[in-house]
Amino acid sequence: MVSTPPHSDAEDRQALLEHARAVLDQVCDPEIPVLTIRDIGILRDVAMDDDGTIEVVITPTYSGCPAMGMIAIEVELALAKAGIDAHRVSLRHSPPWTTDWISDDAREKLRAYGIAPPKKGSNSKRALFSDEVITCPKCGASDTEKISEFGSTACKALYRCRNCREPFDYFKCI
Amino acid sequence: MGELQKNTRFEHLLRLADTNLILGHRMSEWIGKSPILEEELALTNIGLDLIGQARALYEHAVAVSGEEDNRDADDLVFLRDAPEYKNLLLVERENGDFAHTMVRQMFYSAFAVPVWEALTRSVDSEVAGIAGRAEKESLYHLRHASEWILRMGDGTEESHQRVQDAVDALWMYTGEMFDMDEVETAAFEAGHGVDLTAVRSEWEKTVREVLTAATLDYPEDCWMLKGGRTGKHTEHLGHLLSDMQFLQRAYPGQKW
Repeated sequence: MVSTPPHSDAEDRQALLEHARAVLDQVCDPEIPVLTIRDIGILRDVAMDDDGTIEVVITPTYSGCPAMGMIAIEVELALAKAGIDAHRVSLRHSPPWTTDWISDDAREKLRAYGIAPPKKGSNSKRALFSDEVITCPKCGASDTEKISEFGSTACKALYRCRNCREPFDYFKCI
Repeated sequence: MGELQKNTRFEHLLRLADTNLILGHRMSEWIGKSPILEEELALTNIGLDLIGQARALYEHAVAVSGEEDNRDADDLVFLRDAPEYKNLLLVERENGDFAHTMVRQMFYSAFAVPVWEALTRSVDSEVAGIAGRAEKESLYHLRHASEWILRMGDGTEESHQRVQDAVDALWMYTGEMFDMDEVETAAFEAGHGVDLTAVRSEWEKTVREVLTAATLDYPEDCWMLKGGRTGKHTEHLGHLLSDMQFLQRAYPGQKW
């Protein structure tokens, strides 16, 4: 039977939802701990269904990202620690995640952490042979070279700066 | 645009998933054997992408098939025999030398890019979402393989010969990719699939561009082997499965 909840109940629901959102905004990416899963665009939606269960929707970054299981566990753990036991985490593939969802603020955090952020809007490029210019996150020089298209995690490539000689990760653009 | 029969839809998803899984597994066979450290990372990362794409498709296929079929994604992978696998013959070919692996990858990725691109417009929004990401990943794989083919083809006499041998040996397995059989036609007409004859022209253009840049010969028309999509496989798939499925066959239901 469905009845209209009294005013205070609706307020409680809203407070719980906002609490859940605040808690989830603190969950960090296990591979890139300077970014939260909200910053990176993995956390897509936090809602509440009729019976008060918190519904969390996350989206995978790369298809084979081995951290997705870990991220789902961390989301559940964060909610449980905050005393929010009624929750459900689901994975959504549509719309597909893109590096364009990484906020400007998060790009700056990546750079400060030593990872060159992905280029914006260049992910539709269909060049057969690449000639991207990546700026060194350490010294800012553009004289860099690719060491390996595949780096320490599924989402990164490995570069070297010819100016300061430092190797660095580049967040692959998709 | 008619409704696609549930079993045809399942079959169509299975074909896509199987092809990605088997190629992903082939990539995993390079672990510990790659020519250089960077390629160790590259080949395994490509494998990871492919298996990730396959996993999303299997999970969706299971959801589509509903209660009539109570198998989960793991059951589909570990408990089906070769005739039940619907992958393309090209991807079950053995790794051979590095040139073979790169040519196989380039042939497949040059096909996967336009297929995923078309699938981003699928009426099935879950498939469209999976395809959106997979298209960009496949583009990355295509570029990686193409750069190696360029390096080897336009390299030494030996590297040129090896990569040309790989192109010639694998050519007869490429025709099957564009075969519009009943399942592919039904899926396409219902807005779930892809017009593979249109994909063919884009594939030929890409492959010709890479081979020409790499000073390699584009093979002449020849007889093409087919059967993978209907479960008729070469002997290589059975060996692959016996390795991949060993643990679940010997110790059913084991989990990490």
